[in-house]
Amino acid sequence: MRLKLSGEAIRDDLVERVEELSGQNLSACYQCGKCSAGCPVVEEMDVVPSEVIRLLQLGQVESALETKTIWICASCLQCASRCPKGVEFSSICDALRAILLRRRLSSPRVDADELAPVMVSDAPQMGVVGALKKLNG
Amino acid sequence: MEQRIGVFVCHCGSNIAGTVDVKRVAEALAKYPGVAYSTDYTYMCSDPGQNLVKDAIQEHDLTGVIVAACSPTLHEATFRRAGTAAGLNQYRVEIANIREQCSWVHQGEKEEATRKAIRVIKSMVEKVKLDESLDPISVPMTHRALVVGGGVAGIQAALDIANAGHEVILVERSPSVGGHMAQLSETFPTLDCSQCILTPKMVEVSQHPRIKLMTYCEIDDVSGYVGNFKVKVRKKTAYVDRDVCTGCGLCTEKCPARTDSEFEEGLAKRKAIYTPFPQAVPNKPVLDAEHCIYFEKGKCGVCQKICPVDAVDYEMKDEFVEEEVGAIVVATGYELYPVEKLGEFGAGKYPDVVTSLQFERLLSASGPTGGEVRRPSDGEIPKEVVFLTCVGSRDPENHLPYCSKICCMYLTKHAMLYKHKVHDGQAYYFYMDVRTGGKGYEEFYQRAAEEDDVLYVRGRISKIYEEDGKLICWGVDTLTGSKVEIAADMVVLGLATVPNPAAAELANKLKIHTDEWGFLTEAHPKLRPVESLAPGFYLAGAAQGPKDIPEAVSQASGAASKVAALFAEEEYHREPVIAWINEDTCAGCRVCVSVCPYDAAEFDEEKKVARIQEAICEGCGACIAACPSGSAQQRNLTDEQIFRMVTATLED
Amino acid sequence: MKVPYYPGCTLHERALDFDVSARESARALGIELEELPIWTCCGAVFPLTTDTVMDILAPVRNLAYASRIGDKVVTLCAFCYNVLKRANKVMRDDPEKREKANLFLRADTEAREAIESYTLEDYDGQVEVLHYIEMLRDLVGFDAIARKVTTKLGGLSVAAYYGCTLLRPKKEMEFDDPEQPTIFEDFLEALGCDVVDFPMKTECCGGFQIVNEPDIAVACSQNVVVSALKRGADIIVTTCPLCRYNLDKQQEEMEKRVQGFQKVPIVYFTQLLGLALGIDEEHLDFSDNYVDPRPVLTEKSLL
Repeated sequence: MRLKLSGEAIRDDLVERVEELSGQNLSACYQCGKCSAGCPVVEEMDVVPSEVIRLLQLGQVESALETKTIWICASCLQCASRCPKGVEFSSICDALRAILLRRRLSSPRVDADELAPVMVSDAPQMGVVGALKKLNG
Repeated sequence: MEQRIGVFVCHCGSNIAGTVDVKRVAEALAKYPGVAYSTDYTYMCSDPGQNLVKDAIQEHDLTGVIVAACSPTLHEATFRRAGTAAGLNQYRVEIANIREQCSWVHQGEKEEATRKAIRVIKSMVEKVKLDESLDPISVPMTHRALVVGGGVAGIQAALDIANAGHEVILVERSPSVGGHMAQLSETFPTLDCSQCILTPKMVEVSQHPRIKLMTYCEIDDVSGYVGNFKVKVRKKTAYVDRDVCTGCGLCTEKCPARTDSEFEEGLAKRKAIYTPFPQAVPNKPVLDAEHCIYFEKGKCGVCQKICPVDAVDYEMKDEFVEEEVGAIVVATGYELYPVEKLGEFGAGKYPDVVTSLQFERLLSASGPTGGEVRRPSDGEIPKEVVFLTCVGSRDPENHLPYCSKICCMYLTKHAMLYKHKVHDGQAYYFYMDVRTGGKGYEEFYQRAAEEDDVLYVRGRISKIYEEDGKLICWGVDTLTGSKVEIAADMVVLGLATVPNPAAAELANKLKIHTDEWGFLTEAHPKLRPVESLAPGFYLAGAAQGPKDIPEAVSQASGAASKVAALFAEEEYHREPVIAWINEDTCAGCRVCVSVCPYDAAEFDEEKKVARIQEAICEGCGACIAACPSGSAQQRNLTDEQIFRMVTATLED
Repeated sequence: MKVPYYPGCTLHERALDFDVSARESARALGIELEELPIWTCCGAVFPLTTDTVMDILAPVRNLAYASRIGDKVVTLCAFCYNVLKRANKVMRDDPEKREKANLFLRADTEAREAIESYTLEDYDGQVEVLHYIEMLRDLVGFDAIARKVTTKLGGLSVAAYYGCTLLRPKKEMEFDDPEQPTIFEDFLEALGCDVVDFPMKTECCGGFQIVNEPDIAVACSQNVVVSALKRGADIIVTTCPLCRYNLDKQQEEMEKRVQGFQKVPIVYFTQLLGLALGIDEEHLDFSDNYVDPRPVLTEKSLL
């Protein structure tokens, strides 16, 4: 893989938008990986949290948007809690999902019609409401 | 007196001349009343520039000199020396700052900058017209130094000052000198045995004819000023007459009470009456009353009964000793950031998660395990050991923002020594960066990776917890982008170094600056690293900032040389630009006495007027501002001078 | 003493055992939980994107309702507690968002006046959001509770599961130490339990991902349950219906994945509180659990 870097490529509008929406300073991340090390769902991710941030630091926003990672995040905030630089990866996930969802190019992530029956009959509403808000936007 | 003032306008290359029309400035000043000579030159601070001043003073009989150039903090001393050399009183040589306060802040505004420069210089002419010829104030000086802290930095400073021919008092709060270096097993990058290289210095310091070693003592109070400090030292009671004691050790042997040993970092016990370690200097015990059965319950008393020279005395009290010194070196050292603050690593409740100093004791041949690396929990030899860098350091969000400098190297050393002792063990070193800036350091690190097979994993550990007798470490390898998990037998934490907490209290007593983290603040971060801004105070060692042993020793020698330079003069010379009180107009209201932060203003009960003690006044101006009658004035900065300077500035 | 109480929609429908045991226990301790006369769902999750005001309107409205009857509001559900507390902080600290939220509130009032004669005034964070356990600690005192215990729960090894939303983000929640919290352990000690500390007590159960990626959520919950079991827990207490659902119901899955899996009941901490205070079993309502806690409680002679 070859990345052609330039000032324009690294700080394009999309990167600015990610920072704006998430409220995070991507440059503050010094890639220590503590977020990845403590994430409870990291084993299911295709790209670990610190690597997603690295992609954004290199201006590769579309690559970050393609990851499975941002859809698996459970917003547990352990990453944000332990980050030595105060970078909240959980907010970056929310922002990346928001960017994708607002493009309205695909169907909602969680199809309310296709919910497992047990979700409707048994599961606590907070779970369904939370999932729909986080994953459908 | 007819004023004949010389004005020298510096170009400073293009720094000033690029914005200010220096020729026009010199011409304008030539016409100003009181100015007998006015010229401009490219670099006034150069030798030819200085000679210009000297020659003009003599040729034109100048009564005062103004060098219009950069900030006085840079070259005021230079031109005052030039003035003195040419026979002009140095306090009639002044700087007009037309660079930092004119050309540098008005770039592109040539006309305004030039006019401003003219005004600035004119105002200085008005000042110089009324400047008095002053002489530095000489005060007697005590040629003795106090060194606070008996670690390697304090020891080195004491030795260097003593060898330069001056008496030194070395005060150390624990029972022995040596500090943390005495606890280390081997030092990087040479793997010298730490105590082997330190104990000769410890012995030297205790035997040196010019050094008075006071251990188990603390500084209670300091008053006075550079050259004339009065120090009150508290000799904490050891309940042992350490002059009579022969160091036979019988009391320690028989003592039944046990408590955690500070020297062994809690990995072993010590007795209530104890010496901290076998090579302690002085090798005389102290009695820790807090953990003593006699003091707690009134029973026992074995140590007193068994002492063959009757050195144990339960009635002893703290003693106070007054010492007079001329300079103070502060070398109070460091501590480790408390492990209790690291909740994600167990906050200190897992015995096999050890601090770096604890691991040093485990490595040390004279340590609690005889130099074998064993788990504190069950005494087993660990086969999987994880070393963590940056624990508490480089963590502005949750802990400390700064880098503690030494951990990368000492953890490499730890991993290496572990591998030397446990050949079939696996060492993992988790890092963000491996910082190896000293001589031989990079080669040392490469050796650990190549020859000792230490696995360097780039990433941090997020959580450590205990399960089935192992320590599960959740980490990451950022280079491959994978989470890693290790079931370790032992974890060593590279905790941040923080200044000895006692130093903050001491700094308060000494009235010297510390930064927001408690480290002693140097007078200038680049050019004056071994002295405090407060005159007479010098800094050495980790108390000023995290550093390794060669740096601490260098800094200590540096501080010692500053002390020696101070002591090279018979008397101490103080700046005379201080406050004075016109006794004729003083009403004796004593407001000055109440506002002076240095206790320099005193009230004469007989004459009923106030007076400034010239040896103490720092010229801060508080009394001058407060004085209701205007009797208190600053020499060479009187109200009259200021008024005329302002008037000159406002004239067109 | 009366304290305004916000149950949240899950406690109202799917976690009745939590609601009832909490009310009865509070009553036994001299506190009447006064349910807000009007309230709506809090929204369940707090938005992590910076450009939204809509997402905090629901919790703000509820806080405004609470401000009409008191200066504090108590809640039990960890999600509600998190959302209400964080929304409250926005109203206190962010003047721009406060202004916008209040504009919506006022518009709402007009509608509401027409419908229910219930007015809302501007809200600027004057209500304090309390978790029920904070109410127990600060308004009653754990020592006082210990004195009122009629059935000491000795012999029962209880593990307290905190989860995520009570503790994080730590600067906003200020609930307890996010890595080594102790408030629930202190509480359980007051009830006489044998307290079990376990390393996964602050790790996520999977949360709302049970809807989208159930396998992942099960893995998270399994991690928590197995950790508590290893430390000898007879029972795990929680304060979140979603955590309870994940940790409890998903044991059906865990049984299939883990050889020799030993089931452990998950109850709400108020159910144990009620048990210790001698409240009758009907009001503790252990019927809703997948893993029935009654056998172990009976075995320890507590039921």
